[in-house]
Amino acid sequence: MHKFAYYAPQTVKEAARILSKNGPNSKLLAGGTDLLVQIKEHVKGPAPDYVVSVKNIRELHDVKFSARAGLTIGAGATISETLATKGVQEHFPAIADGTAIIGSLQIQNIATIGGNLCNAAPSADSAPPLIAYGATALIAGPRATRTVALEDFFTGPGKTVLKPGELLVSIHVPTPPARSGCQYVRHTPRAQMDIAMVGVASFITLDRKGRVADARIVLGAVAPTPIRARQAEDSLRGQEPTADALRAAGDIAAREESPIGDVRGSAGYRRYMTSVLVQRTAQAALKQAMR
Amino acid sequence: MEQTTIRFTLNDRPITHAAMPYRTLLEVLRDDLGLTGSKEGCGTGDCGACTLLLDGKPVTSCLVLAAEADGRKVTTVEGLAKDGKLTPVQVAFIRYGGLQCGICTSGFIVAAHALLESNKTPSEADVRAAIGGNLCRCTGYDKIVRAILAAAYDEGELVDESASMPVMEKPLFTEGPM
Ligand code: FES
Ligand code: FES
Repeated sequence: MHKFAYYAPQTVKEAARILSKNGPNSKLLAGGTDLLVQIKEHVKGPAPDYVVSVKNIRELHDVKFSARAGLTIGAGATISETLATKGVQEHFPAIADGTAIIGSLQIQNIATIGGNLCNAAPSADSAPPLIAYGATALIAGPRATRTVALEDFFTGPGKTVLKPGELLVSIHVPTPPARSGCQYVRHTPRAQMDIAMVGVASFITLDRKGRVADARIVLGAVAPTPIRARQAEDSLRGQEPTADALRAAGDIAAREESPIGDVRGSAGYRRYMTSVLVQRTAQAALKQAMR
Repeated sequence: MEQTTIRFTLNDRPITHAAMPYRTLLEVLRDDLGLTGSKEGCGTGDCGACTLLLDGKPVTSCLVLAAEADGRKVTTVEGLAKDGKLTPVQVAFIRYGGLQCGICTSGFIVAAHALLESNKTPSEADVRAAIGGNLCRCTGYDKIVRAILAAAYDEGELVDESASMPVMEKPLFTEGPM
């Protein structure tokens, strides 16, 4: 493997300091399941000379939930730790939809949601459900912290708003209001160990009369970053969520994306499956919302 | 560049070891510590041949830096049998023919152990999900699944390595492939 120096600081500040001192030559190591593959296979640019592990930074490993405060996922918490946290599966089923399918069990025991987001693959399965739930990202730099909406976190394939010296500290997800539901489904040829051809998360909140009060539809793997299908969302707001309305929303969403065609599927097939998955996930979200 | 000192528990024994920070746990175990039970198939997290238990949970050790194991508990396939006695999972793999060339076997056995630690009564689907990250190019998986189920529902006969081979007339369970 490419030779690098290794740091395991105790605090976020210290990590930020090491990262800013060494610039793009340094990389943060959380689970390592993407970073080590990139270093071994020399993909995504030159391998780093400095690797900064988050292992000793306590606060990055916390996952906390309360109905009032919502869910906070430390950027260094593993997928398994997150899914085992009380309240996660019950209140945020779509987070489980999106993370219990990442890699294998062995990978989920080391990989982190923070890493999945910072790696910024357009197909990252944790991103659409978190964006659909309205998640925000807490970012720390050497001097200050800032919060950005997760939907604004990604800027391109492998690219995020993180500036040199900054790191992701945690993801915050508000507890959904009453009469809400959310589901994420990804389409892949294989059940495990695969990468999304299309991934769709639909979040729906109903009003007292059963009309759509709010909708967030997030598409993965069909644009340079995960995207909101805002026109499709608008088409649903204030409407009765009939099968026709959902079909129309699916077709609108398929026109909002800019998929590529590759070995996993053609652009046309991706668009078609987007429409199908918007309808399916919205149906499932409605079912949850009506419980 | 400096070596890092790693202190961890390896198969129930405390270990202190110095290694370069860019080496994986798998490399250090195999090349420095002589534990060659964990195999390197792909080196990129895809095949599961390097599976070992980190704090009791199965992980792909080809994607774990040795330095990251500092302070943690590592159990390799060598650490499963106690006092020279194979575990029911290991005996079942032999008895049910759950291996051919063997490169994948330790990974499967460790993954199966982890499953049976957390789920004493797995369904066939549970077994297949638990080994979803392990690839085998020889057996076609069927015998591996049977071996793991046999170990789960064993009533003592798998402890006895000398017992006769089972006659496999029909599938043990009939849930079929997922
Ligand atoms: S060698 Fe580690 S998963 Fe293949
Ligand atoms: S026994 Fe040969 S790969 Fe599994």
